[in-house]
Amino acid sequence: MAGIATCVPMPAISFLHHLGICDLKSPLHAAAFVAAFLTLSPPLAHALTDGSGDPAPVTSEDGKWADKDGNPTFKIEKDGTVDWYTYAGFTRYSAECLRCHGPDGLGSTYAPPLADSMKRLSYSDFYAVVASGKQAVSSSQELVMPAEGNNRNVMCYIDAIYTYLRARADDAIGRGRPDKHAPKPEPFSKAEDACME
Amino acid sequence: MAGFSMRLLAASIVVSSFLLLQGAAIAQPGSDELLKMEKDPANVVMPTITYDNQRYSSLNKITAENVGKLQVAWTFSTGVLRGHEGAPLVIGDVMYVHTPFPNTVFALDLNHDGAILWKYEPRQDPNVIPVMCCDTVNRGVAYADGKIFLHQADTTLVALDAKTGKVVWSIKTDDPGKGATGTAAPMIVKDKVYVGVSGGEFGVRGWLAAYSVKDGKQLWRAYSAGPDADLMVDPEKTMSLGKPIGANSSLKTWEGDQWKIGGGDTWGWYSYDPQLNLIYYGTGNPSTWNPKQRPGDNKWSMTIFARDADTGMAKWVYQMTPHDEWDYDGVNEMILADQQMNGQMRHLLVHFDRNGFAYTLDRVTGELLVAEKYDPAVNWATKVDMDKNSPTYGRPQVVAQYSTQHNGEDTDTKGVCPAALGTKDEQPAAFSPDTGLFYVPTNHVCMDYEPFRVSYTAGQPYVGATLSMYPAPGGNTMGNFVAWDARTGKIAWSNPEQFSVWSGALATKGGVVFYGTLEGYLKAVDAKTGKELYRFKTPSGIIGNVMTYEHAGKQYVAVLSGVGGWAGIGLAAGLTDAHAGLGAVGGYAALNNYTALGGSLTVFAIPGG
Repeated sequence: MAGIATCVPMPAISFLHHLGICDLKSPLHAAAFVAAFLTLSPPLAHALTDGSGDPAPVTSEDGKWADKDGNPTFKIEKDGTVDWYTYAGFTRYSAECLRCHGPDGLGSTYAPPLADSMKRLSYSDFYAVVASGKQAVSSSQELVMPAEGNNRNVMCYIDAIYTYLRARADDAIGRGRPDKHAPKPEPFSKAEDACME
Repeated sequence: MAGFSMRLLAASIVVSSFLLLQGAAIAQPGSDELLKMEKDPANVVMPTITYDNQRYSSLNKITAENVGKLQVAWTFSTGVLRGHEGAPLVIGDVMYVHTPFPNTVFALDLNHDGAILWKYEPRQDPNVIPVMCCDTVNRGVAYADGKIFLHQADTTLVALDAKTGKVVWSIKTDDPGKGATGTAAPMIVKDKVYVGVSGGEFGVRGWLAAYSVKDGKQLWRAYSAGPDADLMVDPEKTMSLGKPIGANSSLKTWEGDQWKIGGGDTWGWYSYDPQLNLIYYGTGNPSTWNPKQRPGDNKWSMTIFARDADTGMAKWVYQMTPHDEWDYDGVNEMILADQQMNGQMRHLLVHFDRNGFAYTLDRVTGELLVAEKYDPAVNWATKVDMDKNSPTYGRPQVVAQYSTQHNGEDTDTKGVCPAALGTKDEQPAAFSPDTGLFYVPTNHVCMDYEPFRVSYTAGQPYVGATLSMYPAPGGNTMGNFVAWDARTGKIAWSNPEQFSVWSGALATKGGVVFYGTLEGYLKAVDAKTGKELYRFKTPSGIIGNVMTYEHAGKQYVAVLSGVGGWAGIGLAAGLTDAHAGLGAVGGYAALNNYTALGGSLTVFAIPGG
């Protein structure tokens, strides 16, 4: 984890800065500490909580919603329209993660159901595992999560993927492709172009 | 070298068990050892049973009349949880069983109910696990010259002493750091062992290579895409649909250097015609799954190759799905059969493609004779153009509504049949010369497909599309077991199955056809009518291939169970149901209500028979 627990611009992950991922609201440097203490924290007193606490959207910037603590979150309209990030998260999850983690975050025999995992994992936990990987190889199981830290198809959309899985964990959206979604924000397209170059 | 072997039983048992093998092993590489051995139906000396990939056994002690009395003779746990594809070999008194990663190989003593003679378990870097696109499967080992050949997940090709399991030689064929992996079973012809590579979801450039049986030295390597020299083609002499392919046939169909990360991987089954001295195989999808990012026909992905078994030079090629837009890999087996067509005996190659068309070709020339849908649900193309004078001769007539290229990036193209799983995947079909029919395990699944921009990083997935899959409209079953007449391109009979049939079929002279199901049933059906004659539920879902052998005068049927593979991953959580409001809920309930992981071999026989 040490290799990614800083925000110094390394060539391999420098493209992350294009989407503002390494800003102050993304406490990458604190990921290790958060992970260590997370299980000791009592559950928050909100009606709905997940690994990052209350997912209620509080602030929005260019169609990207954040909760009161600044973690990325979803915004579902009354008619079921999902925000762009949740939708983009669905498509990118399905292309990059589904093969192992199963459709709709439901897991497979290969890897755990992330729709459940996000009930426990905070945003920074999630970010750390995605970027640096995880292994649990024994005689009875071979779970290997690759480090995606230099995979632009994942890291350029990491907040979108998190937002989607958070929505699944909180049962805010069901299985399958969201029927209606907000349009792609122009800043998203620009950041995407810069990040995917 | 990563690997070890051990003897678990007393040396006396080992010696007695290998008496028969000793005789067979005298033959030298370069002889027709395997051609002789494949004619003895007591043995199964290659993963395709015979070179022609017919998966037909002339054993006839188990018949349509008595198969109902079949019982389990013995079982064997492989100790590995992942998906178990392929089938064991039997040579004399020894059975060779392979497993998914870590790619253990066991030699089992048939004189002692499968006691372990030796075990080979390579040590491989577990980082290869997540670069295997669709579970850590392996489709089996091959035999020749007293050696067992295995292409491991990490692309190590290893030759083991068949008597002891000790490593004779070991070489590396590709780089798993770039996403290249080994899943296919090798094939051996004369003094050469052929292997291919997996990695179409990682932009791995596909190849088929020949190595020396004796010492593992590479003799030639033919790529699926790139310059003519790399392809091992002769622009004037290599033919496609009756015409020379011309210079730079592949380079012309890619933009820039995209062919270098363009896939066309070679992870299916290989077949061989000793009279023509040709080997046949198919190539996989072009990378990425987003067609907009790779303009052109992307040759020679999605192609049937016929190559000289000695030199490797291509004699003919036929691209089934130019510029793939749906992940319809062309790797499924090429079944070689001689049948009467229009009063004339033809040397046929029959291929059930992922794209839903069953192709009958003349395997001498590559002439296209029949191309028909073997599942009526197939809708992405209306037909294959069979008019030799047409500029689109041999090409599928794509329906714009289902074209992900036409509909474009970030657009969800709905209702495409078949799904990316194909109407059939790697699970091989069988052919019975007695009935003249092909027995085809199939998927009956459709999809929505949304392509989008993707960036290439070596060793990272290079997919670029989101899919959702569901049963074909008008029903709630996701598979069929189909009997097919390749001369006419028509279905003779079809048995619906609740889930995709992901198990290789076996036809026998006893008039019985066998296959397994994802719930775990081994089924026996009447070869003429499809009537079910027997079923037994094995410990886990079956994605392995059924095989039969004879030992001490008795016929046995064996199959690996152990659910997994792409079917296992896709189905473990249940397919999404786009039409749930239309009823039939529960027809496609989650597979994990029926079975769980775990590799085991189940061996059947008729008591006293």
